[in-house]
Amino acid sequence: MADLPAIYLRLISARIRAQLQYRLSFLLDVLGSFFLTIIDFLAIIVIFYHLPALAGWTLEEVAFLYGTSYVIFKLVDMLIGHLDGLGDQVQAGQFDMIMVRPLGALFQVVTLDFGMRQLGAVLQGLIIFGLALWRVDIDWNTGRVLLLAQMPFSGALIFASVWVAGHTIIFWITRGREAINAFTYGGNMFTTYPIQIYGAWLRRLLAFIIPLAFVNYLPALYILDKPNPLGVPDALRFASPLVAVIAAIVAWRLWNFGVRHYRSTGS
Amino acid sequence: MRLYWEVAVRGFRRYTTYRAATLAGIFTNTIFGFMRAYVMLALFDAVTEVGGYDVADALTYTFLAQGLIMVAYLWGWWDVAITIRSGDVVTDFYRPFDYQAYWLAQDLGRALYHAVARGIPPFVVGMLVFDVRLPLSPLVWVAFLVSIALAATVSFAMRFMVNLSAFWLLDYRGPGRLAAALWTALSGFAVPVAFFPEGIGAVVSLLPFVALFEVPVDIFLERQSGTGAAGALLFQAGWALVLLAAGRWMLAAARRKVVIQGG
Repeated sequence: MADLPAIYLRLISARIRAQLQYRLSFLLDVLGSFFLTIIDFLAIIVIFYHLPALAGWTLEEVAFLYGTSYVIFKLVDMLIGHLDGLGDQVQAGQFDMIMVRPLGALFQVVTLDFGMRQLGAVLQGLIIFGLALWRVDIDWNTGRVLLLAQMPFSGALIFASVWVAGHTIIFWITRGREAINAFTYGGNMFTTYPIQIYGAWLRRLLAFIIPLAFVNYLPALYILDKPNPLGVPDALRFASPLVAVIAAIVAWRLWNFGVRHYRSTGS
Repeated sequence: MRLYWEVAVRGFRRYTTYRAATLAGIFTNTIFGFMRAYVMLALFDAVTEVGGYDVADALTYTFLAQGLIMVAYLWGWWDVAITIRSGDVVTDFYRPFDYQAYWLAQDLGRALYHAVARGIPPFVVGMLVFDVRLPLSPLVWVAFLVSIALAATVSFAMRFMVNLSAFWLLDYRGPGRLAAALWTALSGFAVPVAFFPEGIGAVVSLLPFVALFEVPVDIFLERQSGTGAAGALLFQAGWALVLLAAGRWMLAAARRKVVIQGG
């Protein structure tokens, strides 16, 4: 077994160095990513201009969801968002090359790029999250601190699992990429609002079958001391780490199943 | 004229080949439409009217906006910038056609395809699940279709200029993203401009960005009827002309730059 972390660091630092060569365009890219994403929060502010609370959640509480969702999602996007290019690689026959190399296919696809520009999006998420923490009254105790501290890890694992599991369909439908956006970027949007606002079937699909509720909403119910209007067991508020591990195992199995199914386009 | 017609037809056909991609895109635009619709329902659960919209208006707006995404095509059109980067643009300059008109024709062909294939399905699905509004008067439908064509033209004129910026800046993606941020925030796509605080909304309504989403949607919702709708179309047409002219001016400057550098 090769020393994967060392190889990873080497490849990624090369990608980062390459992106930093063009200072101005890198800076514009980060700025663009900052402004393009913060619009989603401006839209939330516009909505709250007309009402004090959305489904019982104040602007500050929604900002807590928004900030956690964006920081976690965009960090994952930075690490593996270039999985979006998988369809093009399969189409162009580049995936054949990946199959013959002595490293895992997922590892290779993930190390093809590194989304440095997402720093802009992560930064705006951090700013909104900071504002939320400052404005929201949280009755801090050890449990709440621990629950908040685990959110980036289980949240990232869940988002990454969605990304990986979703992209297995590329091995069957090469041009299916845009459908996956509904669950990756859509998952980001889904988790910026309190999920009780969504209709029952959409919520079942995106919150529990695809376990996006465990990214931030369910832990937030406990951290912000909100009622649990969905009628799910209260214990689920603490289940994120377990759910994240299960999601990762399922995604890993699906991915391997997809890779085994892969047939070269022959081009 | 014949040439541009043929170019437009090819622009249309180029996209008809990718059926799976079209279906995948429809699916995602529709899912996002549902999420946005539920946000609207949560908003209108607390209030009955926002900026002149009632809940049916807001739901109609949501699915129209989702359907118009690919017509406006704001987030990933770099066809011109790519030829600038590769240098192919120079040969295109020597071809016997009007450079801007050529790209406009191709993009309008594309926009027509996307209006039909990507615009109608999300709206129809939205209509089946939510209570949306449909205009009864055929005149409103005609005005709406004209408004979409003008929206596509304004959108092209703006994207064309952002692409041309590649002549001066090495990279086009950063400026492209900044432009896309402006478009998304101020066009009425992220949230209707009618929902903005009044003073801000009044200023934003004068900018060309509202020609992309807010104006066609308002015509569809009959917020502007009769002469108001005609005025709205004139507003779009006026901005289309101004922005196309600005693009031509930029193009002339870019040509001089190419000549100075020796092509």
